Amino acid sequence: MPYVEKFKGPKALNGKEFTYCPGCHHGIIHRLVAEVIDELGIQGKTLMVSPVGCSVFGYEFFELDGTVAAHGRAPAVATGMKRATPDKVVFTYQGDGDLAAIGTAEIIHAANRGEKITTIFVNNAIYGMTGGQMAPTTLLGMKTTTSPYGRRAEVEGHPIHMSEVIKELDGVAYLARTKVNTPMDVKKTKAAIKKAFEAQLNGDGFGMVEILSTCPTNWGVSPVEANKWLEENLVKEYPLGTFIDKVGEAK
Amino acid sequence: MAEKVMVKGTEAIGEAAIRAGCRLYYGYPITPQSELTEYMARRLPEVEGTFLQAESEVAAVNMIYGAACTGRRVFTSTSSPGFSLMQEGVSYIAGAELPAVFVNVVRGGPGLGDIQPGQCDYFQATKGGGHGDYRMVVYGPESLQEAVELTSKAFDVADKYRVVSMLLADGLLGQMMEPVEFPDFVDLNTLPDHSSWAMTGNEGREAHKVTSFNIDPYGLEEMNERYQATYKKIIENEQMHEEYMLEDADVVIVAYGTIGRIAKSVAKMAREQGIKAGVFRPITLWPYPYEALSKFTDQAKLFFTVEMSAGQMVEDVKLSVNGKKPVEFYGRMGGVVPTPTEILNKLKELV
Ligand SMILES: Cc1ncc(C[n+]2csc(CCOP(=O)(O)OP(=O)(O)O)c2C)c(N)n1
Ligand code: SF4
Repeated sequence: MPYVEKFKGPKALNGKEFTYCPGCHHGIIHRLVAEVIDELGIQGKTLMVSPVGCSVFGYEFFELDGTVAAHGRAPAVATGMKRATPDKVVFTYQGDGDLAAIGTAEIIHAANRGEKITTIFVNNAIYGMTGGQMAPTTLLGMKTTTSPYGRRAEVEGHPIHMSEVIKELDGVAYLARTKVNTPMDVKKTKAAIKKAFEAQLNGDGFGMVEILSTCPTNWGVSPVEANKWLEENLVKEYPLGTFIDKVGEAK
Repeated sequence: MAEKVMVKGTEAIGEAAIRAGCRLYYGYPITPQSELTEYMARRLPEVEGTFLQAESEVAAVNMIYGAACTGRRVFTSTSSPGFSLMQEGVSYIAGAELPAVFVNVVRGGPGLGDIQPGQCDYFQATKGGGHGDYRMVVYGPESLQEAVELTSKAFDVADKYRVVSMLLADGLLGQMMEPVEFPDFVDLNTLPDHSSWAMTGNEGREAHKVTSFNIDPYGLEEMNERYQATYKKIIENEQMHEEYMLEDADVVIVAYGTIGRIAKSVAKMAREQGIKAGVFRPITLWPYPYEALSKFTDQAKLFFTVEMSAGQMVEDVKLSVNGKKPVEFYGRMGGVVPTPTEILNKLKELV
């Protein structure tokens, strides 16, 4: 009988089944974060701050000490935690509603202070958990339950480009925008996540990866169509790239 | 115990927190307590502590939440509008059963109000403020010496029960100068061990999950039952009050904090004029010393509550007295401090 290695998940995940919808990228992104934590050998000293939003259960899936912050406040919670125990690795995991709406102040100031934390920012251009309302990142013309006529710049304002805003802040050591809808993108995203953690481990400053992501459920399309929609629409509004890479430059 | 030193209120509380073993302060300036924030900024680096000025009270309280998750002693201070902003975080801290200490140096409200001393945040402090069924242990110091002692106590109680505790001070206390005897520095190695639940990295053990969250209503009800059981223990063990000239008193003046102190002068003046008055001063505003106060319902003819508010604590006094004797009230609002004479005049009108 040929030797078949049993499929094993990363150690930083506890193997609980994800509760995300079929085709949702949260699961892929969780796995990438866990693989990076394994590869960096930091599982025993990493503290996770989960958000409010679909990934509120993130802390349940990771085999790490974890907490759930109030909506949008994860960067402040992580700041308090990191300053209290600077030898630990602290990361936040946040959606666009969490990071780009209610928590705008907290993310901007944590990034600007050069807080030695890592932020995984999952941008699916919509509020997933609460049932598909408009997010600050919702595209113009995009219909959501609270922009039923399609988002209009003159009424609902423009989509906000958080990476482009955060890129202007001097405390940022690593900042990239990626996606995970193809195998190649998955590899690139993992490399970016690793760098964002390395920025923290080296003491370089704040690290963030914005990951364009799908919400097939609230976009009202199939998982395959969602990947396509992301490629054709989200990427146009939110260009991919590495905005800042000062990893290894501290001291 | 060292010799007495002359200090300012805000600084006395800050120094007391450091001596109690607190090395972490995150805060945001607001009058009349900014000197406490400034004191911590200056003092904490001297004791290898961490000070951080947050971008808002919303951020400050969440920083406190994050630090409290690691099991370390944490502390912040603010004044009324700032504490309103902190309510979100206080509710989360209470729900996650984390120890943390707050100081609210109350000013006149509502809204932006003014920067003069007030007691108008009593409801917010003792009845909730944030969402959900939670309680905070609330202390109302009358002097700087008491504020220093209650600061230590606030940390011990927060740690012991894993709850939020708060010093409800007012601008008078914050700004006054008095001689104070500070306790010795607590040996940091003797602080309570929180390693059984705190987030310190799961090296060699199961991961710790510290949250106020439970999507299952039965699970959340269980958590709430646990909170309530803790609060019951606090009610049984942590009530504090002071009785002043009450042995033979016909009139029980009920007042807390600096007004409690003024009330003692009023009682003395009243006695000189033949009115047998005494003072009941609650020190814990939650848990409220209901039973201790209710003991005077047989003896006294009148209960007289004095506050720098529209009459918030008067509701707790009425609960204690339970309709057995009249409860009267006198208060000033907007940050106006009542004088002993005007309180006495009101008392004379009533008897
Ligand atoms: C203070 C507060 N306001 C509103 C909510 C309700 N709420 C829960 S999740 C959510 C939106 C989350 O959207 P996003 O961050 O984009 O995450 P997703 O669900 O898309 O992953 C909102 C508004 C809340 N929990 N707390
Ligand atoms: S609602 Fe959207 S974001 Fe939430 S789990 Fe489902 S697909 Fe993912």
